[in-house]
Parts: sequence; structure tokens; C-alpha cells
Amino acid sequence: MDMSFSPDDRAFRDEVRQFLKDRLPARLSDKVRQHRELTKAEMEEWHAILQERNWLAGNWPREFGGSGWTPIQRHIFEEESALAHAPRVLPFGVAMLGPLLQKFGSREQQDRFLPRILDGQDWWCQGYSEPGAGSDLASVKTSAVRDGDHYVVNGQKTWTTLGQHANWIFCLVRTGPAAKPQEGISFLLIDMTSPGITVRPIVLLDGTPEVNEVFFDNVKVPVENLVGEENKGWTYAKFLLTHERTNIAGVGFATSGLAALKRIARAQVAYGKALIDNPLFAARVADVEIELMAMSTTNLRMLAQAAAGHAPMAESSMLKLKGTQIRQAINDLTRRALGPWALVFPSEALEGANDTPPPGPAEAAWATRAYLNNRKLSIYGGSNEIQRGIIAKSLLGL
Amino acid sequence: MDFRFTDEQTMLGDSLARTLERGGDAAAVFELGTGAALLPEEAGGFGGTGPDVLMVFRTLGCAAAVTPLLDSVVLGAGILAAAGEGALAEAASTGGARIAVALDEPGQRYDGTVATRADRGHLTGEKAVVHGAEDASHLIVLATDGLHLVEAGAEGLAIRSYALIDGARAAEVTLKETPARRLGDAALLDRPMAAAILALCADALGVMETAVALTTDYLKTRKQFGRAIGSFQAIQHRMADLLTEVEQARSAVWNLAGHLDAPDRDRHVAATKSLVGRVALQVAEETIQLHGGIGMTEEYELAPLVRRLLAADARFGDSDHHLERFIVLGAA
Ligand SMILES: Cc1cc2nc3c(=O)[nH]c(=O)nc-3n(C[C@H](O)[C@H](O)[C@H](O)COP(=O)(O)OP(=O)(O)OC[C@H]3O[C@@H](n4cnc5c(N)ncnc54)[C@H](O)[C@@H]3O)c2cc1C
Repeated sequence: MDMSFSPDDRAFRDEVRQFLKDRLPARLSDKVRQHRELTKAEMEEWHAILQERNWLAGNWPREFGGSGWTPIQRHIFEEESALAHAPRVLPFGVAMLGPLLQKFGSREQQDRFLPRILDGQDWWCQGYSEPGAGSDLASVKTSAVRDGDHYVVNGQKTWTTLGQHANWIFCLVRTGPAAKPQEGISFLLIDMTSPGITVRPIVLLDGTPEVNEVFFDNVKVPVENLVGEENKGWTYAKFLLTHERTNIAGVGFATSGLAALKRIARAQVAYGKALIDNPLFAARVADVEIELMAMSTTNLRMLAQAAAGHAPMAESSMLKLKGTQIRQAINDLTRRALGPWALVFPSEALEGANDTPPPGPAEAAWATRAYLNNRKLSIYGGSNEIQRGIIAKSLLGL
Repeated sequence: MDFRFTDEQTMLGDSLARTLERGGDAAAVFELGTGAALLPEEAGGFGGTGPDVLMVFRTLGCAAAVTPLLDSVVLGAGILAAAGEGALAEAASTGGARIAVALDEPGQRYDGTVATRADRGHLTGEKAVVHGAEDASHLIVLATDGLHLVEAGAEGLAIRSYALIDGARAAEVTLKETPARRLGDAALLDRPMAAAILALCADALGVMETAVALTTDYLKTRKQFGRAIGSFQAIQHRMADLLTEVEQARSAVWNLAGHLDAPDRDRHVAATKSLVGRVALQVAEETIQLHGGIGMTEEYELAPLVRRLLAADARFGDSDHHLERFIVLGAA
């Protein structure tokens, strides 16, 4: 047994570190560290910097213009990026649609859409969830009715992350009547500039309009935008949900979050003592750190299995569960470390016109927002209750 | 043994709830005599006992009403009454005067360290997260030698306001040789602060009750997989645990209400604030989670409730702070 990275992987990690040092603008990493909202242009800027090095699509094979990294290399890249406070690579085009088109798309679709993901011409969003179809995704109702060489789409998607910036959306739509709900679902690529589409922002608890409702009113979609076969969309969506779960544990985010927590707890003083030296608080921090140490090894063990060609199922659910619990615990402790300053909610101060810094320690500007925003971690991508169901089913088979 | 409220307390609670339901604002709340119900007779009121505070603030919390009652009346008028400033206390209790109480300072974390100094009737120092400072007619300021009264607009007084997560507003207050009148020792704070912590906990209890009721309704109506999500046993057990915790919080609030003027008051303050803070966070997190995506949105009714619960824990010492205090008091 040797739990350290191979010499090649260590060399790769050094290369990634050097790249981040040279190419990540402080302007962006400062914003990420302070949990401030990035503009569309800033997210595109980082994508372009990565693409210049051919590092945007770490999970794509080289034949499609990706970096062809191993699972371990992808892990290293994601972890180092998080530690350096790099903006995250938006998953919708790169991590989700790309692999799906590579596996199930036509040659024409691959040629048309994949390069545009890499060069930033297209911004994709994910149109799966609907008001009535969340955990029960197979109950989607948005309909696509064939009319000559078009589908006519009617219905509503919701929770569409960053859909306000997108020019394309990939959707699960209902194309056929079905004996089982999973049948009769198709996977459709829809141009967001088509007539009949309305996007309405939804403001989240932290004050950011991160998600949207997307309405479809008689939207005409050319049949060539159907991926794979009609009524087989569920199979493709499941491929995505189980296969393309990169960075599900968020080890890098947790690690940098823990470092920030310790920094704050060293600076906060009560009764003449740094908070980190308070035995009760120190124990709470130690608890998450111990959990994180074990979880990152779980993550690496899974990665090693994936590298050996084993497709994880219950294991990735465990990583999602533990990973989100740890990150949320870190967010909670960070907010609590700030004591009364955690009450401050400087929504105006962050993005507004006035430049006066919010009162209190610098972290007070984001700690509560980060805590509130990251409640989503246990809800989206298959809620933690759904993950527990998957784990239990794999064990009990009932 | 008798856990019932008096008829007067029940009547006030009922009319307060009705007023808030009709959209009544802070002025309407004062008009009902709510302020006077929070002050003892010696101070021109007709209540001020633990159960009075409990009844009023639990009702306010249920409706998530934002009022200056906690800061201006329970704390402010409470201190003034203890200092023999009956007239101003009474004015605060009717809403005629607004009191903000400036205790914390930048760089301290719940430990009550004070650097603000008084020098021949003038105060110099900085105060942090002072609730309601911008609307106050008077500030009560804690300095190294005790409590002082400062009038709004006094020379050398600067107030920088900002929003808090629970919809209230607070400010950084700077005093630079600001004229002030000494009220007395810091010990004047003891009973009003205990009452304010009871008020905050009772408010949080009301918020939790509303949040749990909202979630219960949602679990009964939201359908996934062809059934109400509340029919899944995993969800039922979570709600059962949550209800049990809220019941504990309710008893903790009752404990403090019953011991507000007892010799072991401080132990009850620590116990109640610690338990209620912990449960408040649990209710906030669980009610979001059990709603799914909708629980994450600003426009849904849960949002202000959740943020108010976070605020309840963060104010006047969080659950860990009071856990430690409980240990210290027990050892004494
Ligand atoms: C910030 C954010 C961003 C998102 N981004 C996107 C996006 O870009 N694209 C997209 O398509 N979707 C997105 N989603 C949607 C997300 O996938 C759904 O919110 C999620 O699937 C849960 O669905 P729901 O919100 O309808 O909750 P529901 O499914 O109604 O669930 C409510 C509660 O019931 C529980 N529950 C449901 N079924 C069961 C069961 N069988 N057993 C036990 N418990 C159960 C859930 O765990 C949850 O606690 C996003 C959501 C959020 C919050």
C-alpha cells in the first residue's frame, strides 16, 4: 500500500500550482475568497484562460479537444483550484452536456456544439427540474410535440442555475405517453433565444439571483436538436447523474473553507483568548477536520477504483452525503465564529453602489451569505434524503 | 403547580396576535399597551414578569413582527426603571421615546469587554452592532464606570447604520467627548438583560412554531413520486425529532420565565439561551431542507423565519457561550 500520489501525479500537481500562480488573476480569486458573485464576463474570462492551456475540459478525451486527464489528475486540478480560490469551471457545458453528447450525440451535434463549449461561444444551463418534478425527476411534464421538422415545446423548468446568462438549455421533455414515467422522456437542446422563452430570476436566501424559472410557450425546436433516440432521454440523464459526478465530495472547497475558519477563529478574541484556543470551539473545529481527513481518503479510494474502471454507485452517494455535511458544518462554524458580527447582512455593501466596507471583521461580509447559500448543497444534485435512499437500497435491496 | 397564564396575559396575547394578523405595525402594537405589559408597576407599567414577557414575545415571534420592543422597552425602559428614571421609562413603554442600548464594542466577542470611558460627563469610545440606534431618541451606553444616557443628536455622536439578517437595523456608534448623564452601575443591566434574553428566546420559540407549522403544511401538500412527501417515513422521523426538540425549547423558555426573579436566574438564563439557540439553528436548517428548493428562496415565507432564528442564536451570546457560562455558574 502506498497512499501518496505517484511521481507523475506530483509533477502534475506542481504544474497546476504554478499555472494557478501565474495565470489566476487576483481580481478573480479575491472575489471567490470573499464569496462575492462573479459576473458573467469574469466566469467567461477564467474559462478562456483555462482553455488557452487546454485545461478547461479535464474530463473530455483529447479527440474532442479535452485534456484527457485521469480521474486522479482531475481531482488534483479541482482541489488545487479550490485552494487557490479559482472560479469553478461551470459544470453545465463541460461536465454535463459534453460527455453526454460524446456518448449519445450524433456526429453533427458533436461537431456543432462541443467546440462552442470550449471556446465559450455557448453558455449552457440545465433544464431538468420543474415545479412538480424535483426529487421525482421522471414526472417532468414539459411537452415536446412533433410538428414536421420541429418540436413544439410547452411547459416550465425551474431552479435553472445561472440560466440568466445562458444562450442554450438542455432539457428533459415529454415526447410520448408512457406506461412508466421514465418512458416517453426525450433529451432536447433548446436555443434560449428562440421566440416563446421567458426567464424569470429567483432570489435565494443569501440575496443572490442564482437560479431561474424558464417558461416555454410554443417554442419551436428543430428535430436535429434531439439527442439520441426519442423517448430514451431518461437513460441519457441517468448516465449523467451517475457517471459524471466529478468533485462530488468537494474536498478542495472543504479544505479551503477549513483554513478560512481557522484564520477567523485565530483572529476572534473572547475573554482575552483567541477563539481557536477555546476548548469548546477548538473541539468543534477538530471534529470537522477529523471528518474531512477521513472523507478525503474515501474520495481518493473511490478515485482509485474509478481509475481502475469500476463505476461507483452507493459510494458516490456516500461522498455526496458526507461531503455536503462537512462543508455545511464548516460554513456553520465560520458564521458562528464571528459571533455578533454574523448578524450583519451587508447585501447592499457587497454589490451596491456604496463602497464603504461592511462593519466588523472582513469575513462578516460573506460568512452568513455563504452559510445560507450552501444550504443548497444538501438539496440539489439529488437531495441527501434521496442519497440515503440510494445507499440503503444498495445495501438492503428492498 | 400551574402553568397557565393569567386572563390578562391571555387577553393581551390574543389581541396582539389579531393586531399582527391584520398587518398592524409597531405603532399599533404600542397602542395595545404592549409596552406597559412589559414593565413592572413601580415603573409605570402593569406587568414585566417572566410570563408577561413570554406571552408578548412568543406572539411577536409567531408573526415574525419587527418591533423595537425588545431593545427600547425590555432592555431600555428596564434599565431606566431600575435607575429611577421613571418618566423616560414610561415614555419608552408607550413608544413616545425610543431607547437603543449600546453594550458591545468592536473586537470583542460576547465577553462584555468595555473600553468606552467617561470623563467629566463626556463619553469617548466605539460601540458595535447597536440595535435600533438610528431611530433612537436616547442611547444607553455602557462605559467602564457604568451606564450613561446620551441624547440623539448629541455632540460627537456618529451613527453608521446597516441591515441585519433578521430585518432589523443596527449601527456602529462612535462617541467623541459626547455629553452624557450617568445612570448608575453596570449591575443595573442584570435583570433587564435576563428579561431581554427571555424575550429573544420566547420570540425564537414563536418563530420556530410558525416555521414548523409551515413545514408541516408543506409536507402534507407537496407530492413527489405520487404521494405527499410527508408520507415518507424518513421525513416523518425527521419531523418527529424536530417537534421533540421544539418541545424542549418550549420548556426551556418556560423555565426561564418562571425563574426570572429567582435566586438562580443566571443559571436559567444560560441554560435556556444555550438550548434555544441550538434548537433554533436545527429548526432553521431542517425546515429549509425538508422544503427542498423552495426553502432556499427569498420570496417564500420561510426566509424571514430562518434568518430570525440565526439572529436569535447570534445575539446576547450564542449557544456555546451560554453552555460555557452554565458550566462556570454550576461550578460556583
Ligand atoms: C440552488 C439550487 C440550484 C439548482 N440548480 C438546478 C439546475 O441548474 N437545473 C435543474 O434542473 N435543477 C436544479 N436544481 C433543482 C434541484 O435538483 C431540486 O431542488 C432537487 O432535485 C429537489 O427537488 P425539489 O426542490 O422539488 O424538492 P422535493 O423533491 O419536493 O423535496 C422536498 C423534500 O422532500 C424530500 N424527499 C423527496 N422525496 C423523498 C423520498 N422519496 N424520501 C425521502 N425524502 C424525500 C427531499 O429530500 C426534500 O427534503 C437546483 C436547486 C437549488 C436549490
